[in-house]
Amino acid sequence: MPGASKFERLACASNDWIQVMVEGQPVKVRPGDSAAAALLAAGQSAARTSAVSGDPRAPYCLMGICFECLLEIDGVPNVQGCMVQVADGMNIRRQQGAPVLNDSLAAGVPA
Amino acid sequence: MQATSHAARTADLCLVGGGLVGLAVGLGLQRNGLKVTILDEGDIALRASRGNFGLVWVQGKGDTLPDYASITRHSARLWPQLAQRLQEGTGIDIELQQRGGLYLCLSEQELSARETLLLQMQQQVGDDYPFQRLDLKQVREFIPQAGPEVAGATWCPEDGHLNPLRLLRALTELFVRQGGQIQNSGRVSRITPLTRGFRLATPQGDWHCDKVVLSAGLGNRELAPQVGLSAPLIPNRGQVLITERVQPFLHYPTGHVRQTGEGTVQIGDSKEDVGFDSGTTTEVMAQIAARATRMFPLLRDLRMVRAWGALRIMTADGYPIYQASTQHPGAYLVTCHSGVTLGALHEGPVADWIATGDLNTNTNTNTNTNSYRFPLEAFHARRFEI
Ligand SMILES: Cc1cc2nc3c(=O)[nH]c(=O)nc-3n(C[C@H](O)[C@H](O)[C@H](O)COP(=O)(O)OP(=O)(O)OC[C@H]3O[C@@H](n4cnc5c(N)ncnc54)[C@H](O)[C@@H]3O)c2cc1C
Ligand code: FES
Repeated sequence: MPGASKFERLACASNDWIQVMVEGQPVKVRPGDSAAAALLAAGQSAARTSAVSGDPRAPYCLMGICFECLLEIDGVPNVQGCMVQVADGMNIRRQQGAPVLNDSLAAGVPA
Repeated sequence: MQATSHAARTADLCLVGGGLVGLAVGLGLQRNGLKVTILDEGDIALRASRGNFGLVWVQGKGDTLPDYASITRHSARLWPQLAQRLQEGTGIDIELQQRGGLYLCLSEQELSARETLLLQMQQQVGDDYPFQRLDLKQVREFIPQAGPEVAGATWCPEDGHLNPLRLLRALTELFVRQGGQIQNSGRVSRITPLTRGFRLATPQGDWHCDKVVLSAGLGNRELAPQVGLSAPLIPNRGQVLITERVQPFLHYPTGHVRQTGEGTVQIGDSKEDVGFDSGTTTEVMAQIAARATRMFPLLRDLRMVRAWGALRIMTADGYPIYQASTQHPGAYLVTCHSGVTLGALHEGPVADWIATGDLNTNTNTNTNTNSYRFPLEAFHARRFEI
């Protein structure tokens, strides 16, 4: 999958590689990469779909402002992928629409 | 680039201030056939219209002034028509929903005080004031996610909410499409009454107009005395929290928490006396969040993405000032808190009064077709004189 990406790396000091999962596929990334960068490196351009229209959205600002890079990371929805550094084995999925708010705390309360 | 010199420009009527209030009045004046120009200070101004909570709220409003309860309810009844006109004229859906709202209380004491207040209001208007006291079980029929600490709520079927930023955009767009001009010409520093009309001084030159309407929010404080009016307005800060988007779960607005059409949860309602400081503080944000999570424990899992502070435009009694200058005929003051709720009143009876002097309107709303007399006298600033 990395071969499908137009995303090109600059030569940089680190020669380490770690592996993360993007949409269930293993992808090699560098420590210090963001989860949004991992997504781009995996050849995926859309990070999420719009909660209103369902249209695809891609990481845009890569600096925490636009909220277009929302991902589900290790099961946590709505994470700004550009603000999170990859970790070995990290599980990255695209955010599909708005997540359902988990009502864990209200559960068990008599209705 | 700053313009250095301009010949004075002219308009039939100038509105000073293009927030929710000025724009709504402007649309109503256009409906009356007037050519309207809005002069607005610009982005550095204090602007409640860009920082509010979006409630079209009826319950509890006007407990000490039945005329205020009356204009609030009348405006709520006029809202569907205005929303429809905005949609048709601009394609913008302002997300108006008027299916009722809840005011959640976290103690029996709070709930009883609230019920007493609404019962008094009901008596004042001879029973025609719809509300209900709900216990927690009944609250959960509306909002299953209400937490165990909720003692109950008061419910009013006339309450609602809308998206205030879409509203601002739709008003602006329709106003401009109908030939209105908006000049971001900086702060109007001086209004000079002339033998006929007024001269308005802005950093980009002077304007001449026959009539002038002051709708400058907190800016009215300095402008009103220049045309023989007074606007003793007090800034009151509210902080608002915005969360990430989640699937709709809150299908009714509450006084403190509501969910927008896009799925974000908006939490607010602090009231702080801090002068002209529109900032945010961790302490107040924490209080707001703590109260909201007691009402809806599931909010604890939710991330906050934004917060802001904005200044309410308050009078000592919280009610609007609607007044024509007797000293300088042709000058009007229109200012209020709750400019979202009262938006349809401003586009309707308030604008009609300014355009024609008539206080009687024939409303043709979904729920009533009676004529309505706008109770102007109650909103004169003489009530603040000692
Ligand atoms: C936190 C908060 C929550 C709120 N929640 C609600 C709610 O849920 N429901 C509701 O109904 N209301 C609510 N409100 C109130 C509502 O937002 C205001 O009543 C409304 O926005 C007032 O509109 P305005 O046009 O009078 O004022 P503003 O939005 O302040 O607009 C005034 C305009 O005048 C311009 N101006 C000022 N001085 C000058 C000058 N000298 N020359 C030229 N231009 C000038 C400014 O640029 C500005 O655009 C809330 C307010 C706050 C702060
Ligand atoms: S790409 Fe804009 S916030 Fe992440």
